[in-house]
Amino acid sequence: MSKVMPLISKNCGQIRPTSVEDYVKAGGYAALKKALGMKPLEIIEEIKKARLMGRGGAGYPAGAKWQQMYEIEHTPKYIVCNADEGEPGTFKDKLLLEQDPLKVIEGMTIAGYVFNSHDGYIYIRGEYAAIQKLFQEAIDNAVQAGYLGDNILGSKYSFHLHVMTGAGAYVCGENSAMLNSIEGKAGRPRVKPPHLAEVGLFQKPTLVNNVESFANVPVILDIGAEKYLSIGTAESGGTKLVCLSGHVAKPGVYEVPFGVTLRDIIFDEEIGGGMSGHRKLKFYHLGGQSGPCGFLPQLDTEYCYKALRANGLSVGSGAVVVLDESVCVIDYLKCVTEFFIHESCGKCTPCREGNKQLYLILDKFSQGTATQDDYRQLERLSNLLAKVSFCGLGQAAATALNTCLKNLRAEFDAHLSGQCPAGVCFTNQETESGE
Amino acid sequence: MSGELKKEQVLKIIKSKGKEKEQLLAILLEIQQASGQNYVDKKWARLVADELGLPLTKVYDALTFYAMFSTEPRGKYIIEICQSAPCHVMNKAALVQMFEKQLGIKMGETTPDGLFTLQYSACFGACDLAPAVKIGEKVYGKLTAQKVAEIIANYRGVSVCPK
Amino acid sequence: MQKTGKAAKKVTVSIDGRPVTVPEGTTILEAARQAGVKIPTLCHHTDLKPRATCRLCVVEVKGQRRFQTACNTPVADGSEILTNSKAIREARKTILELLLADHPQDCLKCVRNQNCELQKLANEYQIREVAFERSEKDLPLENTNPSIVRDMNKCVKCGRCVEVCQEVQQVAAINTANRSVDFGVSTAYGESLADSPCVYCGQCIAVCPVGALTEKDDTARVWEALDNPELHVVVQTAPAVRVALGEEFGWAPGTISTGKMVAALRRLGFAKVFDTNFTADLTIIEEGNELLQRIKEGGVLPMITSCSPGWINYIEKFYPELLPHVSTCKSPQQMFGALAKTYYPEKAGIPAEKIFVVSIMPCTAKKYECTRPEMQSSGYQDVDVVLTTRELARMIKQAGIDVEALSEEEYDAPLGISTGAAVIFGASGGVMEAALRTVYEVVTGQELKDVDFKEVRGLTGIKEATVDLAGTKVKIAVANGLANAKVLLEKIKAGQCAYHFIEIMCCPGGCIGGGGQPLGTTVAIKEKRLEATYDIDRGLKLRKSHENPAVKTLYEEFLEKPLGHKSHELLHTVYSKRKY
Repeated sequence: MSKVMPLISKNCGQIRPTSVEDYVKAGGYAALKKALGMKPLEIIEEIKKARLMGRGGAGYPAGAKWQQMYEIEHTPKYIVCNADEGEPGTFKDKLLLEQDPLKVIEGMTIAGYVFNSHDGYIYIRGEYAAIQKLFQEAIDNAVQAGYLGDNILGSKYSFHLHVMTGAGAYVCGENSAMLNSIEGKAGRPRVKPPHLAEVGLFQKPTLVNNVESFANVPVILDIGAEKYLSIGTAESGGTKLVCLSGHVAKPGVYEVPFGVTLRDIIFDEEIGGGMSGHRKLKFYHLGGQSGPCGFLPQLDTEYCYKALRANGLSVGSGAVVVLDESVCVIDYLKCVTEFFIHESCGKCTPCREGNKQLYLILDKFSQGTATQDDYRQLERLSNLLAKVSFCGLGQAAATALNTCLKNLRAEFDAHLSGQCPAGVCFTNQETESGE
Repeated sequence: MSGELKKEQVLKIIKSKGKEKEQLLAILLEIQQASGQNYVDKKWARLVADELGLPLTKVYDALTFYAMFSTEPRGKYIIEICQSAPCHVMNKAALVQMFEKQLGIKMGETTPDGLFTLQYSACFGACDLAPAVKIGEKVYGKLTAQKVAEIIANYRGVSVCPK
Repeated sequence: MQKTGKAAKKVTVSIDGRPVTVPEGTTILEAARQAGVKIPTLCHHTDLKPRATCRLCVVEVKGQRRFQTACNTPVADGSEILTNSKAIREARKTILELLLADHPQDCLKCVRNQNCELQKLANEYQIREVAFERSEKDLPLENTNPSIVRDMNKCVKCGRCVEVCQEVQQVAAINTANRSVDFGVSTAYGESLADSPCVYCGQCIAVCPVGALTEKDDTARVWEALDNPELHVVVQTAPAVRVALGEEFGWAPGTISTGKMVAALRRLGFAKVFDTNFTADLTIIEEGNELLQRIKEGGVLPMITSCSPGWINYIEKFYPELLPHVSTCKSPQQMFGALAKTYYPEKAGIPAEKIFVVSIMPCTAKKYECTRPEMQSSGYQDVDVVLTTRELARMIKQAGIDVEALSEEEYDAPLGISTGAAVIFGASGGVMEAALRTVYEVVTGQELKDVDFKEVRGLTGIKEATVDLAGTKVKIAVANGLANAKVLLEKIKAGQCAYHFIEIMCCPGGCIGGGGQPLGTTVAIKEKRLEATYDIDRGLKLRKSHENPAVKTLYEEFLEKPLGHKSHELLHTVYSKRKY
């Protein structure tokens, strides 16, 4: 049986992305029509029944989020789509935005209907400038065709969608930082409480979901929660877009049902197709830079929220960076840490100063000047980052380090005595540093 | 050195986006692009601040927070090489060398003719093409030295004939 | 702090094993304080919003995977909180080490030595070594303006100064900027404060926990003058200094230290110890007459006070079109300076060029004010050096003067004689109240029995009242803090302002909360200083400026009449639009 299952990505590459005509022909907007005949709570019930987990990275149940939002009395409420896909190794939102934007629009429109919202915002990262234009075109076409804007499909419901741009900040993937950014401010996370559901965009109640989450909404209404849940595992309904990169034969985005194994994802002929070269798999990095690294013994873990968590792994953004034996774990972690240094908003001490010190210690390993005491300092810093940082960025910054320290300790130890098993460190070649 | 950009142009950009504070990033990005030197000069930042009713320090905060902005002049074309892990492990270093050699500058520098600035970027979502490079809105992946030469020549407006 | 109209629900939590009951919405920090536990903080300031960025106040809450910041997390009913577990101590130590690795190590040479919140925490947590690599930032020191020195190498990025500048004062000269390791506080494009909208109020200094923001120290210049036998060095003390200086010597906030301060100033070597209160009384005569003249002759109304130099900087930079509303009276400090180098030399028989005038002010903007070119009407720079309350304390300590042991002394005559109306200049509403006491009697010709205008007192940002002057209803407003001033100015601009007279003080609470006052000022401390101010007023026999005998003599001997030719020359000034 095929391990890939195009469900939310079925239109990708098959239709003209901004054509409402093509989209409707492919079954699009049936869900919105259905939704307009339903009560908001019935829709929330479907989402809950489908056990849709938020696809932004945290995996929070979308139905529960919608329920909480529904219960808030203040108005207006805003619908915001987080399209600040910034996790390295992740490019699945890009696929949807670029090849089936109307599905995302339809999902947001349904959400707007549920909360009687009249304005929705999609925050698309500045690096996706071309996609912003394309998305705007899709919006314009949807308005033209009566699926968006005033009195949608002749109903009393009006919903306006605004495309907002980022300007290069990974931390804007954090929802409160993103809302600040939409408001035209520097995208540093907000102090919580108050929570965004109550005091969000422009100080109003706000629902934020990821691109892929919104794209799932019309699918769930189309096929029904029961059928949706039958795909995937008991706990994790539906499919997931996974992004393969690194030393894999066929990098790209693949839609797989929850429950396939990590081995399937990397090695199945229809998916990753195995390693890209002659070298063997050493480890893999899941869910973006903020996610854990996985190792050979975990390869048969089912790809779903529950099983991964039980094995110390996570779905995260859906990224799978495949790494072969040419990769030195120290060199790799330095690169990961540099990313967090660059992307830290800088306002909290653990993240601003901690990541910097983490890098300096890793650098000592790659220079052969690290000592046993540096393990203790790494541990202090990673603990601090995880437990004390202001937002998810800092909290996750040492996740990869921790998993590597646990599973590749011998390679760290080797560096203490001046040996780099992968042959990356201690060569005379100057390894260039970042900006 | 706020160069060719005129006040009327900046005002036109502001008008086209609207004066709502939430348009700040979009306005600044467009001004930067129109500047020809990929930066936002203090006098345009001040004009935007005045038009949007914001203190200049709030505009400056945004300009210095987001990686895409610069408050100093840069090259007409920004060549951004991804330095995130997926590109790093796919030999980003070799790609850097190709560009450095072709342009005769180091990372972080601008060519003397003011045409190109070479810099690192965090991930821009082209990991399937790793190691990836982005020039303006265009993304290139899996490059060879020959292709790098062609791309640069293209931007220079010169054609190169392959051997 | 969260406040609700209804009686708040109570919740009970356990803090380090002891139950404590607090109103719902109370932060962990506050609940712990009530339970007798002081949780360390650095970015937190009682009067400002919680920022939760330094992360030092983390605590363990049972059932929570991550530690919670006490400063902004409300207690949840029944929760069990640990403020001093091994893990928490370790986390706080790590944070402190990270901060210290990024901080200059020259505490001994820092103006905040022994008065630094970071140093204090490092000491409490016994940080004897820092496991992390030191980073030297080598950012340039900014000390090119007369008021404020910025050393961003010492900045701990708490953000307090930003909130004060952006929100409390809405001057927005400084803001957060950059990201990651470069994140910090900056002017726009790194411009100097002199080129920025900064009004030199120094409220940023007042909240800075470390030595990143300080006043420009001018004590050396004063020592030099005092050491110069050729000079006759006189000093004036602002009304708000006497109710705050004691804090520098460990006395309770609100202690009145006038007599000891005067004695200490004599010990320091000042030839004469005078009082800005004298020219505060004089200001009332001039300004009161100006107001009456404007009302009578259809001049520009509302008239706005001009005592506060930070406020003057603000209107010149932000609302130059409203400058005709501002009284042309110089501030009391500058009136003093002009007289000290004209009237006083005549009277004392000392050549004006030998007179050196030092001011002790609660204010950093005064340092700038005295350097303005308009402030040379005596033919010299009218006021030579301005010291803040803090700098005076430093000089007293350096001189080894045991203030505790000093007997109280009196100001010198004649420029040291004043009334209760003058001392209340130090409090928001005080200038208004003093003016009303005089204007009432001038207009009505009757004695004002109850001199207390309580409706203009207190820390409220904007206060309004209508005063009946024998049939003439005078509408007044008082604002303190520039964000509040802005509200009134916008009303004037919109033509929605029927006031006759407005008092504006730059700093929240007025001069008692000035940017040059002892560090650690909070609303609670300001209230104590206010009480002390009104206590002094109440205790004086003369409480109306026009009753000041020395001021009467001044007019008889020298100025002739209010708003007269000499007054205009010496006591009034002009304002102009200032670019930034």
